[in-house]
Amino acid sequence: MAITVSIPTILRTHTGGQKSVEAAGTTLAQVIDDLEANHGGLKSRLVKEGTLHRFVNVYVNDEDVRFSGGLDAAVKDGDNVTILPAVAGG
Amino acid sequence: MLVIRRDLVEAMVAHARRDHPDEACGQIAGPEGSDRPERFVPMLNAERSPTFYRFDATEQLKVHREMERNDEVPVVVYHSHTATEPYPSRTDISYAQEPDAHYVLISTRDPEEHELRSYRIVDGVVTEEPVQVVESYMFAHTGVDDTPDGS
Repeated sequence: MAITVSIPTILRTHTGGQKSVEAAGTTLAQVIDDLEANHGGLKSRLVKEGTLHRFVNVYVNDEDVRFSGGLDAAVKDGDNVTILPAVAGG
Repeated sequence: MLVIRRDLVEAMVAHARRDHPDEACGQIAGPEGSDRPERFVPMLNAERSPTFYRFDATEQLKVHREMERNDEVPVVVYHSHTATEPYPSRTDISYAQEPDAHYVLISTRDPEEHELRSYRIVDGVVTEEPVQVVESYMFAHTGVDDTPDGS
């Protein structure tokens, strides 16, 4: 079993158009490093200066990781990681 | 061009009026690939602010899952400006990450007459587009399938 990661439209250029890809790791940071290894360019769209970019929301299953440790959030095989663009403005 | 049913325009304007002087925000879902806005989804503005908006992240995930189940995409992403013109702000442009969406802005700065405009925002470039308000999609050329909407 692996971790399934849902990729939003805007980032699918990095996954060859795939809506979801598989990754491995026990924390969100490791999952993102694994994504980067297979789909170069994703990490810089998700992480800035060691924290999650304010332009994205990341969820492990149904939990917004901002409330469960951010990049340190625990992830296990079988989990779903969902990345959504933050919708915001002024 | 954005082709949109009148009742959906009225729903966005009513939401913007209701939340004034705070900004209101939401989306209108439509079948993937259709470019036809159909299902009105007002969203909570987690900022509850007259100068800023942000979809509530938990609600956004819930709505995203519903849309996935229905094979829908956000055809329209809308928000209001309550004291300025309906033109995307610098923050709006920096956050715009749906290249296929119509970004609709509604200004409620005038208590009587609203202003509504629509844009494409791709890679930081804003392009205004005409808005055609229709009573029904039955006779409007809105996509390859032109399926009657049953109304």
